[in-house]
Amino acid sequence: MTYQLAPWTAIAPMLVLVITAMVLYIVDSIYPEREHPQLLSGISVAGTVTAMAIAIWYLAAGTGQHGGEIVLFWDQLVVDGMALFFTVIFTAVASLVIVASYDYVRAQPHQGEYYSLLLLATTGMALMASANSLVMVFIALELASLPSYALVSYLKRNRGSVEAGLKYFLLGALSSTIFLYGISLVYVETGVLQLTAIAGTVGEIENVAILGFGVVLLILGFAFKTASVPFHFWAPEAYEGAPTPISAFISSASKAAGFVIAFRVLIEAFPYEVLLELGIDWVLMIQVIAVATMLLGNFAAAVQENVKRMLAYSSIGHAGYALIGLAALTNPGGTNDLVLAAAMMHLLVYGFMNTGAFLFVALGEHWGVGRTFEDYNGLATQAPIACVAVTVVLLSLAGLPVGGGFLSKYVLFMGAVSAGFWWLAAVGAVVSALSLFYYARLLKAIWIESPPSTRVVDEYPVGLYTAIVLAALLTVVLLPAFFAVAETAQIAAVDLFA
Amino acid sequence: MLIEAMLLVTLVGALVVFASPNRYAGRLAFAISLLPLGISLWLYHRFEAVGNIFLGGDPAFETRAIWIDLQPYAIEWWVGVDGISLPLLVLATILATLAIVSAWTPIDERESQFYGLILILETGLIGVFVALDFILWFVFWEVVLIPMYLLIGIWGGPRRKYAAIKFFVYTNVASLAMFIGFVAIVFGLGDAVATFGMPEITAALHDGQLGALAGLDAATLKLAAFLAIFAGFAVKVPMVPVHTWLPDAHVEAPSPVSVLLAGVLLKMGTYALLRFNFTMFDDVAQQLAVPIAILAVISVIYGAMLALAQSDLKRIVAYSSISSMGYVILGLVAYTTYGVGGATFQMISHGLISGLMFMVVGVIYNQTHTRMVGDMAGLADRMPVVVGVFVAGAFAYMGLPLMSGFAAEFMIFYGAFESTVVPSAPLVTAVAMFGIVIVAGYLLWAMQQSLFGPFRLETDEPLGRAPIQDIAPLFVLLALIILLGVDPDIFVTMIQDAADPVAALGGDT
Repeated sequence: MTYQLAPWTAIAPMLVLVITAMVLYIVDSIYPEREHPQLLSGISVAGTVTAMAIAIWYLAAGTGQHGGEIVLFWDQLVVDGMALFFTVIFTAVASLVIVASYDYVRAQPHQGEYYSLLLLATTGMALMASANSLVMVFIALELASLPSYALVSYLKRNRGSVEAGLKYFLLGALSSTIFLYGISLVYVETGVLQLTAIAGTVGEIENVAILGFGVVLLILGFAFKTASVPFHFWAPEAYEGAPTPISAFISSASKAAGFVIAFRVLIEAFPYEVLLELGIDWVLMIQVIAVATMLLGNFAAAVQENVKRMLAYSSIGHAGYALIGLAALTNPGGTNDLVLAAAMMHLLVYGFMNTGAFLFVALGEHWGVGRTFEDYNGLATQAPIACVAVTVVLLSLAGLPVGGGFLSKYVLFMGAVSAGFWWLAAVGAVVSALSLFYYARLLKAIWIESPPSTRVVDEYPVGLYTAIVLAALLTVVLLPAFFAVAETAQIAAVDLFA
Repeated sequence: MLIEAMLLVTLVGALVVFASPNRYAGRLAFAISLLPLGISLWLYHRFEAVGNIFLGGDPAFETRAIWIDLQPYAIEWWVGVDGISLPLLVLATILATLAIVSAWTPIDERESQFYGLILILETGLIGVFVALDFILWFVFWEVVLIPMYLLIGIWGGPRRKYAAIKFFVYTNVASLAMFIGFVAIVFGLGDAVATFGMPEITAALHDGQLGALAGLDAATLKLAAFLAIFAGFAVKVPMVPVHTWLPDAHVEAPSPVSVLLAGVLLKMGTYALLRFNFTMFDDVAQQLAVPIAILAVISVIYGAMLALAQSDLKRIVAYSSISSMGYVILGLVAYTTYGVGGATFQMISHGLISGLMFMVVGVIYNQTHTRMVGDMAGLADRMPVVVGVFVAGAFAYMGLPLMSGFAAEFMIFYGAFESTVVPSAPLVTAVAMFGIVIVAGYLLWAMQQSLFGPFRLETDEPLGRAPIQDIAPLFVLLALIILLGVDPDIFVTMIQDAADPVAALGGDT
């Protein structure tokens, strides 16, 4: 006997996340004087893992996929393959970050707030993945962003952390206003906010210039959230100053969240073929941004001396790769679902790889290793397991076939070539080869150089180790198991274009 | 499923060794490496002729399943062997086991990491010779690089960091060129192929299904892809002028790693050239037969001359590898039965002989702590057994009859001589044969200087008796070299079965 769950259960992952955040507040207020690191992180990780399990279950069961998307609250929310796919990314990254945070914040005050803000930010991201109107997109964006600002400046006695939080907040507020102005311009022309309704009216608007300006402003808002050129410059500052697990969270999950709204809004509300007739070529703008982001991120990463900044710029470079998912759209679109699916696959694999790399830096900070490449010299003799894990992760980030990163990059570039944009793939392949240079610098330091006699590594934090090894393991497993990711992403992409 | 079992035990074994204590890592790695060795010998035992798998042959021990079903080209898990890949597989597993044993003496720090990396390297090498899907093959191809980089970089000599990074940059840029060239071909084929299966791509290319891509017409595209792929593999072989990474890597690498580098890694390059450039793109290879043959002859002569100018024993063997690989290219471009078959047999033979030479130089170094010809003389009195093996290995290198080098080089010269693809083939062959003379020159000179005459050792190390684990692998290799020299048919029958269809592409049936 088959039975049908009620439609509202489709947003169960989001509900689990928000309830967990509330439970954390309650637990924390029962014992306001004492810290309970095990209890708090245990509850948090139970919440994110449950949400992830539900999302994976829905994906496997076909919920909201194959054209059967579930819309809720008068079309404000939609649960389809893409929403669930990205929910898996956010909850998986959040789980790894929470496990790693156990060691990182154990000695800090206000842990209850830390974990609940993290859960709320994850809820916001899951909401971004499901948002089906411009207003919902904005609300979800703010729900994800506000906790992030607070988390970046969580180490409030640390000047770097507070400064990073302030910069992140000011630039974030600026980009929010730009985004909001873009929404208002679109509303002026179309008179609706729901994404498919915009698509329905966008063909008959009167003033193309206003709509075009609105679309440009929306894209700039996405650029901030995804840390793409021209709004990338906050990223190295914020990642460097933030507590490193939060850097991992923002550079992996928050970036993916920026992409999911970019994908949904641009494809659902502003169909390329319709806007092209009006003379608005937003794909061209994305192409310029993608090439600039790939070049700038990778070249800037190559000249860094600070490991965390190198990872920050590399994450900008990876945003450039993922942008190919929009930049290689064509009209008529024979290969559109392939390139979009490729970008989704890359964001998933990237989520694990990048989180693993940042958490390795967190481990280094835990031991007081230092910031530059030289400070990591010879770490492999003292912490071989973590170093094997980070080796796998970094090589996979560079696109060598030791992990899923090779296949996701390959599918992206192949998608671009199939769509006729061989030059996008060429830029990607060249900077990807360059990226090996700066990732290998860290590998050379940890494996080949000899360790300084002054460094003592005598304690092995369980949480950080677990998270790093899990991230590396998932990266490797995603090489043979890539077919599952590819299939799910393709189904989701086909649905989005349908 | 035997091939999968082989890959799996080697990979899992690598992880086990990595986690094991340093004291036992060497013994454990040896025990584990016997498993893939045993399986490869079993495969050899059960092998029956199947032709060339790239040219319509039916792969032996085949497994085929869809891995990633992604439009427009599915990626498959597709493995299998034929008469060209099986001997190389056997060579790789034998040399890996012997290299592990020969590392017991010189490697005295971070042993578990060392042996773990050797086993990961072996996994990659096995994979390269069995994979039939291009993407799968490329995964293994790249997997080989990473442990090699670390093995040179961590356990190498004084200039190891420079040598390791040079190796990595050279081979990685080469891989990228090759990857782009090949993927361009697959896209150029359009709907004619649905997967990355290399045999199917070969068939489609031979059918003339190649179309235009990115403004290049089919012929230009094919030529450009051929050049990109050839350049990529030429670095690996290596051929002059892209050989400069090899001496540095060899000199700095610890001897057991040199054994694998010269014995198997270089063969990845020649194997790939045979499979890709000379089988898939046989028409372009025949058009370009003159420049390729000239490059091969230059590699032979110039490599040998460079060896003549060296005084470090390891550099001598390293440069002479460039020379020997030149013969392989010459045999391949001849497109005759004996040329292609001899080239493949030379891969096996040179793998064993260069492995033996690096190993014996390593044993001498373990005792004397020098490799400089001028630093030592008259070792024959003090280390008669080791020196005896050295002399035998050197004669094998020079092509003494009844040793495998003679059979291989004779086949290549015979095949190249009667080539119809290379114009004035007898002349080209005659020039290349001068390489043999130079080889004899530098090997005899080096032996005379360092092994014979009155005893003298600049480093003043006390010369002890070399331990049994250093000596045993030498004799195993020497025995194999003589066995293959006396009865080349152990491998040549199966090699010819797979090589003849390639020679037939050049009109030699």
